[in-house]
Amino acid sequence: MSVDTSKVATSNRTNAATASKPGRAGSLASWADDRLGLATAMKKNLRKVFPDHWSFMLGEIALWSFVVLLLTGVFLTLWFNPSMGHVTYEGSYDQLRGVGMSESMASTLHISFDVRGGLLMRQMHHWAAAIFIASMMVHLLRVAFTGAYRKPRELNWVIGCLLLLLGTLEGFTGYSLPDDLLSGTGVRAADGFLKATPVAGSYMSFLLFGGEFPGESIIPRLYIVHVLLIPGILLALIAAHMLLLVYHKHTQWPGPGRTEQNVVGFPMLPVYAAKAGGFFFMVFGVIAIMGGLLSINPVWKFGPYDPTKVTAGSQPDWYMGWPDGLLRIIPTGWETVIFGYTISWNVMLPILIVPPMMLVVLMLLPFIEGWITGDKRDHHLLQRPRNAPTRTAVMVSLMTFYGLAWAAGGNDIIAIKLHLSINQITYFMRVAIFLGPALAFWITRRWCISLQRADNEKLLHGYETGIITRSPEGQYAERHLPITETKAYTLTARERDEVFTVGSDTDASGVAAPNSRSERLRARLSSWMYSHNVQKPTRAELEEAHHHAEHEAELQAGLDHPVDGHQFDDHRLRDTDDVPLRDH
Amino acid sequence: MRLLNRTAGRLSRHRRGPLAGLAVLLLGLVISGSLYTVFSPAQADSQPSETEQVAKGKELFLASCSFCHGQNGEGVPTVRDGYQLGPSLVGVGAAAVDFQVGTGRMPMAQPGQQVQRKPPVFNDEEVAALAAYVASLGPGPAIPNESDYSIDDLSEEERQEAISRGGQIFLTNCTACHNFNGAGGAMPRGGYAPSLHGVEPKYIFEAMLTGPQQMPNFSNGNLSPDEKRDVIAYLGSLEETPEYAGFTLGGLGPVSEGLFAWVVGIGGLVGAAVWIASHTTRSKKSKVNA
Amino acid sequence: MSNDNSSTPEHPVNAPDGTPVPYDTHVPTHREAEPIADPGLPAHTWRPTDVDPKAEKRAERQIAAMFIAAMVFAVLFVVAYFTFEVGDNWDTFAGLGASTISLGLTLGLSLLLIGTGIIHLARKLMADHEIVEMRHPASSPQEDRDLTVKALNDGLDEAGIGRRPLVRNTMLGAVAVLGLPAVVLLRDLAPGNALDVKKLGNTIWEPGMRLVRDVVGTPIRADEIEMGDLVNAAPEAMFPTEENGYPELEGAEEQAEKAKGAIIIVRMDPEEITPLAGREKWTVDGILVYSKICTHVGCPISLYERTTHHVLCPCHQSTFDLADHAKVVFGPAARPLPQLPIAVDDEGYLVAQSDFTEPIGASFWEREKL
Repeated sequence: MSVDTSKVATSNRTNAATASKPGRAGSLASWADDRLGLATAMKKNLRKVFPDHWSFMLGEIALWSFVVLLLTGVFLTLWFNPSMGHVTYEGSYDQLRGVGMSESMASTLHISFDVRGGLLMRQMHHWAAAIFIASMMVHLLRVAFTGAYRKPRELNWVIGCLLLLLGTLEGFTGYSLPDDLLSGTGVRAADGFLKATPVAGSYMSFLLFGGEFPGESIIPRLYIVHVLLIPGILLALIAAHMLLLVYHKHTQWPGPGRTEQNVVGFPMLPVYAAKAGGFFFMVFGVIAIMGGLLSINPVWKFGPYDPTKVTAGSQPDWYMGWPDGLLRIIPTGWETVIFGYTISWNVMLPILIVPPMMLVVLMLLPFIEGWITGDKRDHHLLQRPRNAPTRTAVMVSLMTFYGLAWAAGGNDIIAIKLHLSINQITYFMRVAIFLGPALAFWITRRWCISLQRADNEKLLHGYETGIITRSPEGQYAERHLPITETKAYTLTARERDEVFTVGSDTDASGVAAPNSRSERLRARLSSWMYSHNVQKPTRAELEEAHHHAEHEAELQAGLDHPVDGHQFDDHRLRDTDDVPLRDH
Repeated sequence: MRLLNRTAGRLSRHRRGPLAGLAVLLLGLVISGSLYTVFSPAQADSQPSETEQVAKGKELFLASCSFCHGQNGEGVPTVRDGYQLGPSLVGVGAAAVDFQVGTGRMPMAQPGQQVQRKPPVFNDEEVAALAAYVASLGPGPAIPNESDYSIDDLSEEERQEAISRGGQIFLTNCTACHNFNGAGGAMPRGGYAPSLHGVEPKYIFEAMLTGPQQMPNFSNGNLSPDEKRDVIAYLGSLEETPEYAGFTLGGLGPVSEGLFAWVVGIGGLVGAAVWIASHTTRSKKSKVNA
Repeated sequence: MSNDNSSTPEHPVNAPDGTPVPYDTHVPTHREAEPIADPGLPAHTWRPTDVDPKAEKRAERQIAAMFIAAMVFAVLFVVAYFTFEVGDNWDTFAGLGASTISLGLTLGLSLLLIGTGIIHLARKLMADHEIVEMRHPASSPQEDRDLTVKALNDGLDEAGIGRRPLVRNTMLGAVAVLGLPAVVLLRDLAPGNALDVKKLGNTIWEPGMRLVRDVVGTPIRADEIEMGDLVNAAPEAMFPTEENGYPELEGAEEQAEKAKGAIIIVRMDPEEITPLAGREKWTVDGILVYSKICTHVGCPISLYERTTHHVLCPCHQSTFDLADHAKVVFGPAARPLPQLPIAVDDEGYLVAQSDFTEPIGASFWEREKL
């Protein structure tokens, strides 16, 4: 038996719920349980197992930065005045004294300059927002690349995508609140986007702004959306996201003893709780240091919003950068007038069509994949990105699209920093936005397949020791040594891909089978997805290869200086007692 | 603890990147500025007569400028890539010469997209002579006096007013190209509006007055001399104001902020996650009681 | 690490108590095809802190030191809060705001030290036995499902909604029509005639209104503008005085008119202007006036190159050629900037001949109709 049970902590399964001698914690717990009856729910969850891997903590960054957002946000609301009432600034910042501005801008300046720690909190809030959305995206990428979104977690993936959307909207509304020149320019662009909506666009704009842009209503309206409506939905969705995570139990990487049926890791109490709690403090700490040292959104330099002013480098926050980039690279003149009505493709396409479409595609990914593969099984073991070459390539392709659009959104900054021409960057992007993702798809897929081959090489012929031996005949060969059983098992702990095939187009009586067209499409897609993949070797292939290796070793054994290869690596070193060694 | 060090290392490396350049630039400008004040000749007593100056200026002009601007500053009407080889200097005035030659933009190394600031080729006396000569070709804006762009002789209250008014004029007329922080910005076809950090007030004034290269004019009929002075006062006050919020990340707006959020924020925190989830050191010994 | 196991491949045992757990039939597996049998969980190995009391003490001391340092930084935060002044007279440190950076650093370090301390504790001193928990299918047991479906069907049956389409349809209809009040309630987001989208069709410009410099509001004489000048200007009505007699605008109205009325004035050699039929009389001696609002999504636009007469929008880089009726030469915009026809009044000041002849700014659906 590989598990020495005497050393393994006893889990909830073997221990009774009531401790024989309740300590102080125990008596408190029974007091609470007498009233709340939580013990039944808690008995499993307190020692719930969470697998340990750095990539499982990316979502935690998002969670903790959201907590930081709530804390700092509450602080800011104590002074912020979301009003567009006109005042003349008489606060501490010299350069704006005597300048007319809205009360929201004036209160933002008050928080920044007259409230101790106010500027720190503002900056922490803004940095936390940038990190919140960035970490959601990194988390999303991890989930996609490892296939964690497969059944039964599709709905949690959809919730995650909605969180990303809401987080972005939350960020945009917050960015607009100080009513400074930069955010006002952004709001005006948003007004342009609304107006580009066919038929109802102008009315939507007038309703949002309470009349003609900019009106006096937009800041209070965005404020309530920012501090109540979206955070409320975010909280509810985060709760659902976490509940589902607990219900499904976390996915884990395959490895010895880690199967589809179990989850191996540290119990919630104490190790996981300590690590997660400690990580909260670290996220909070990093954001605090960034807020203290790195300037973000210096509204006093932008000055109050004035619809006649503008600054170079007018950009949205990073997460709105990619639609902005798409806006920039639309070729000149994409606008049509039909029956006297204007349709602005140049705005609709990059803002109203492509981003929502991207979001829908993203949300549908697990469903599309599930349909193509016809896989109805539950999956709790993660796939290495290389073992799903097509999925990995699709994700990299989407990332490339995103990245190029994003870079296009900063084309003016790229131009001055790299001494390029914005025109040429734009021309390049117009082509690259199509070619780049296609190229990325192709390269990534081939790359993954090569990595799969390399894995099989390792399984069949061992790893390359870097030791060159010369045979008596003068032939040089590199010595390969078998990898450890743990490693070998981990490499083979994946499923064989099964290409979906259409049975027969017609049933026995010669009538076309229902859905046969969609089935054929499905078969084609399945073959596109899987047929290039390299499958793991069979047991017979492995045995044959190992037999071959043993034979070689026997031949070597006859030499004067048998080389087992371990003279030159650290395997021998590791086997000595006093040297600490690392797991894996 | 290891993580802490690593994060700090990242911070400083990235801080050094964008800011070191700026610091070196500022240092360079400060040095050149102070050298300028040290070596600028005492104007009062050694002032050569105007005719002498013009004559000397013409000499210098013929040697260094006439190839592009013509023997008499009439310009070389060759148009290449849409740019005139050397525009006519009749009527550009002494201010234009003082700006172009004083900031080292002229003489140009070669005609190109944009003339950059570089160490001046001529000393102050020679610049003055050239300016006098070009001014003699036709009436144009003269070199401003210090009183034109200094707010030193204003009262405290007037100064305050000048700075906030200057800020509003700056945001209306200048930030579109030069950015809210005066950090500069991109222009079409590879052109750019240069950074205003550390540029001497006189040159800012002259640039507004004469519209060098692609920059539009802000002649006195457009922005009055007092308004120009206010803009300069605002820029000066920006440079004197401490950065209340910490390092400015280049003062380029949300693009550099986003970059830092990813590199420092996400980079640092993912590093922390790797540390948290990494396996601890193992011992080969087994526990005595186990 | 796993050399010491003697696992029996038939039972890759994962249950914590060591009993073999059969694979759930819910998840089909192809175990027989596995090339290498699951060697099972590797045995637990001890950490130096588990076996070496010295290492354990050292870790304890390290962790406690971090917590103590965190306390110190928290106290320093309070000290910094009361020491460094903000407001009118900021204390500075190396040219940076002393309050912000000291508060940020002390708070951040305090938090980071608590965090690293806790994690260090978890990694070094907390029991690090990995434990195993069995998974269960996400679905409920079949009998529960059947019961639920039955309950659902019984409920629907008893309600009888399915059998009474008239009731069902009118009920759904009633709820759907309830959407109308919900939508209509939002109508007064822009109350009364604030919802008049026709306002987009015109600006405050009117015949004879002077062009004034933005910010300062002084009128501009034609002879004050030199070749190559760029003047960011506004309608005189935005700067009402007793002298010019314009009514004082306030609040939303002022902002809206400001947002639409902004203009840029440039002067170039009349030779360089490509004349457009019908606009010959819109200029004064090479002085051209355009709307400052980009026709793409409405950013103010004034990045002007005097040599090429191009003006660039800093938001999305639409570039307009002001010498050629501001036609789009680059970027996403589709329409030229609207031009304001100008003339000179008796006193030599620039005035508008009329309002813009088309709506300014971003495109919208009914633009051509206004």
